[in-house]
Amino acid sequence: MIFQDFVFYSLASVVIISALGVITLRNPVYSVLLLVLAFVTSSGLWILLEAEFLAIALVVVYVGAVMVLFLFVVMMLDINLDQMREGFWKWFPFGAILAFIMTVEMSMVLMSKQFSSEIIQTPEYKSVDYSNTKELGRLIYTEYVYVFELAAVILLVAMVAAIAITLRHRTDKKSSNASRQIAVSRNERLKVISMPAEKKE
Amino acid sequence: MVSLSHYLVLGAVLFAIGVVGIFLNRKNVIILLMSIELMLLAVNINFVAFSYYLQDIAGQIFVFFILTVAAAEAAIGLAILVALFRNIRTINVDDLDRLKG
Repeated sequence: MIFQDFVFYSLASVVIISALGVITLRNPVYSVLLLVLAFVTSSGLWILLEAEFLAIALVVVYVGAVMVLFLFVVMMLDINLDQMREGFWKWFPFGAILAFIMTVEMSMVLMSKQFSSEIIQTPEYKSVDYSNTKELGRLIYTEYVYVFELAAVILLVAMVAAIAITLRHRTDKKSSNASRQIAVSRNERLKVISMPAEKKE
Repeated sequence: MVSLSHYLVLGAVLFAIGVVGIFLNRKNVIILLMSIELMLLAVNINFVAFSYYLQDIAGQIFVFFILTVAAAEAAIGLAILVALFRNIRTINVDDLDRLKG
């Protein structure tokens, strides 16, 4: 058992246990935190597969942005946890059987000879001056440049949509309008009235 | 020696966990979104594993774009969730029947 095997099995077991925790835990805050653990651990797996740039991107983009967004939303909403758990145990046997069948079927296919190490050998280590980031960047800006720009447009549309959905115009808010305050004339504030003088008692 | 099938089985197990998460937590929209994230992670692990064992870096580029789309999807999904909670004060899936579909 070489060192890579040990790293793979420990990281894989952490990923699977934390993924099971995500779907079974009662409190959604713990679920989000375990999902963060799953993402960080699988970025370790990606480093084992020599995909260094994507491993860092997973931690920065997913854990740093998307999961923090999830955490914000979970903590902001006041949800009834008991009501949310309705039907959990009712569907548990069905879900467990489904998961078992899916896993066994997929394993039967994927453990076959086509994917074994006799057919697909483990590649040699890359040389020291090989840069995964440079290679990815070279491909993205040449062969996949239109797809890359499309991805940028998708992100822009998503940003506009998210802001447009959550924007609200409140009618009861109080704020001062500086330009109207400056442009006010004397007649709007001061009223000179004429009244007869009163006699002193 | 860790082979390609080890990574593929890990991806399959993660995907199955994501599917079961949708079955078990059918009331809670937040956990549903998180199960979708788990399934996307499983797909990404498959892509990276194939990219490494077949020595073709195009797989990693697809992971890059999947990450982009998943981030956009999560942002819009959570925005809809917040707007929904602001209007009807619940995120229970059973109560989301305003469209009478």
